[in-house]
Amino acid sequence: MSIFGLHYKLERSAIGFTLAVIVAASIGGLVEIAPLFTIDETVEPAPDMRVYTPLELAGRNIYIREGCYACHSQMIRTLRDEVERYGPYSLAVESKYDHPMLWGSKRTGPDLARVGSKYSDQWHVAHLINPRDVVVESKMPPYGWLMRNKLELNDLGLHLKAMRKVGVPYSDAQIANAVKDAIGQASPDSDEATGVSERYGEATNVRAFDGLPGTVTEMDAVVAYLQILGRLTDAAHKTPMKAE
Amino acid sequence: MVTQLTQNERFLGLIILIALGCLGLVMAAAGQHDPIGMHGWLVVVCSIVMIFVLANGYFAPEPSEARLEHYYDDPSKVGIVVAMLWAIFGMFIGDWVAWQLVYPDLTFDAAWSSFGRIRPAHTTGVIFGFGGNALIATSFHVLQRTTRARLPDQLSPWFVLLGYNLFCLIAISGYFMGITQSKEYAEPEWYADIWLVIVWVTYFLIYLRTLARRREPHIYVANWYYMAFILVVAILHIVNNLAMPIAWNQAKSYSAFSGVQDAMTQWWYGHNAVAFFLTAGFLGMMYYYMPKRAGRPIFSYRLSIISFWGITFMYMWAGSHHLHYTALPHWVQTLGMTFSVMLLVPSWASATNALLTLNGAWHKVRDDATLRFMMMAAIFYGLSTFEGSFMAIRAVNSLSHYTDWTVGHVHAGALGWVALITFGSIYAVVPWLWKQPRMYSPKLIEWHFWLAMAGTLIYVFAMWNSGVIQGLMWRTYNESGTLSYSFIDSLVAMHPYYFARAFGGLLFLLGAIIGFYNVLMTIRMAANVETGDEAVIGNPAAAGE
Repeated sequence: MSIFGLHYKLERSAIGFTLAVIVAASIGGLVEIAPLFTIDETVEPAPDMRVYTPLELAGRNIYIREGCYACHSQMIRTLRDEVERYGPYSLAVESKYDHPMLWGSKRTGPDLARVGSKYSDQWHVAHLINPRDVVVESKMPPYGWLMRNKLELNDLGLHLKAMRKVGVPYSDAQIANAVKDAIGQASPDSDEATGVSERYGEATNVRAFDGLPGTVTEMDAVVAYLQILGRLTDAAHKTPMKAE
Repeated sequence: MVTQLTQNERFLGLIILIALGCLGLVMAAAGQHDPIGMHGWLVVVCSIVMIFVLANGYFAPEPSEARLEHYYDDPSKVGIVVAMLWAIFGMFIGDWVAWQLVYPDLTFDAAWSSFGRIRPAHTTGVIFGFGGNALIATSFHVLQRTTRARLPDQLSPWFVLLGYNLFCLIAISGYFMGITQSKEYAEPEWYADIWLVIVWVTYFLIYLRTLARRREPHIYVANWYYMAFILVVAILHIVNNLAMPIAWNQAKSYSAFSGVQDAMTQWWYGHNAVAFFLTAGFLGMMYYYMPKRAGRPIFSYRLSIISFWGITFMYMWAGSHHLHYTALPHWVQTLGMTFSVMLLVPSWASATNALLTLNGAWHKVRDDATLRFMMMAAIFYGLSTFEGSFMAIRAVNSLSHYTDWTVGHVHAGALGWVALITFGSIYAVVPWLWKQPRMYSPKLIEWHFWLAMAGTLIYVFAMWNSGVIQGLMWRTYNESGTLSYSFIDSLVAMHPYYFARAFGGLLFLLGAIIGFYNVLMTIRMAANVETGDEAVIGNPAAAGE
């Protein structure tokens, strides 16, 4: 019987057809996705990598909430011009703790994978309040409300806990002190500030990111997040560069 | 509409609505300090509105047994009107977001109206609102005609249609409030995702239950595509949305996957949302309405088989072409590229099959704008699948990725293929459903056709230009070996093209508004005439009607 003859039979059975579609459609995903979880070389080792602080994570969630990923990628490709424009190409390990990843698909604005420490906090604050005050030709919308909104702090422990459930190694101490650490990271002279470097490392930025030491605003969180982009690990700077 | 439900179904419907309303109340109360509480209230309001609708005909007499010998088209009728409403909403937001790239202060300094929040409202509005409703409405219509069987009951189609629209409402109102998972085309949070799974399973069961009662031994090719659309979208949706909510009474969740695995899962989903939502489903539409409208049989049964299985098997490998030159392992990129190029074969087999079906009916294409909509859709389908395979080649992708070229490509498919085949099918099916000899105004269909055509071409050409210019400027070096242009130089160069794009989109939106008016006026024409349901074809019991 020819293949078309077989099909002539298959299309008379709703269940048979349904099963055939499921099988045919499942193979591609199984072959391409499943091995990514099992092959060790997929994600490089980076022993120095740290997790996001609660304040940075809150900033990342605001970045997601405002849809920043629609215009800004966080994935420098292995191309010479990208490496020269944005810095060493992105490694898989650098987004290991990113649930979800924010690689992006469109650059209406520039890539942000290594924007951390490239500009001052003041520049970011001014730029977010009105981008055209700093970059005249910019098309970015203004985000003035980040400065006006106090950061929602109370649930940060829950956020860290959920992150731990999907595989990010937050310690019990980090979860228990999530709120304190968020306040501390944005209030350098407070008592809470000391715990932040204890739990997340000496290199962690502890600053009044929005310029107002008294209050923790959404601006604090977003700027803290932007300033850590590309800085959770040094792995990319250690790998020999060979862009295509 | 309610009078067509049996008394049992009315009772069951009431129970479902009360249960849903209670669930909404729980969400509203438990989530009062979280945006999920607002969605609770939305669910409550929707349930109450539907309870009132139901109550209106609750005590009407049981519908007669004769209904079982007729097709059940009420859900399709409502679905088509709702689809047109979503089209206007989604395209309006789309054009607004396009103007924001020309005049960035069009956000009016509000959070809800900034680019990042309304852009997913546009994509969800057009893909799921317009496209999804059109697919549900037409699939019910096609399924019954091609199986010569009535839908299995009167309640489940309503559950699917209204439940699906509740999902769309939750999704889009969520973006305005800042609720999003950030996964492109899978932005709604976990509770909306769970609800969609329930609706979707019911949808597929309607398919199986109707097919089980079919009077036609073979399942027609249009139904293969509709079935693949429902099945594979279910698989994609469930896997890509696996996530851990921070609490059951909060909207926020964290994706189960991270980094490179998350990227691959997302683009396996993203590309196949294009394949099975925006391609397979609409091919189902084309395989029924185009031959019906042209009065010609499908050109080749064998080509249909080759293209169907080619698309079903190969598309699922192609998603990794969204991740060329990234941290995704090279072997996966290569597989994605290879299958993307091979995909051209089944894609062009479909397009060829469609266009050769029109052989012998070209005079109709000339005179009938409805059929011309479908013909142009098949041409754009062929063009954008070629472009897609081309852009999936790694070297081409190094230029096109991250630029407006991708946006242009998507819109060549979305405007040129998806929207045109949908408008063509709607113009064909509306007179059939409402028992009219033709649409209210053929002239307005012409207007719509040419506005859509002009809008699409302006849009796509603008984005090709801006995309290629952008890509080239990013990689241009000067004589001293350094990059010639800053990023902002490339953005400034985009300005005229962003203006042209927004203008093209406006034309397309105007066409859709004209289309909606035409549909409404056709329905009004029908209001003066008695329109019972159409009898099941070849059924002796219903003969003589």
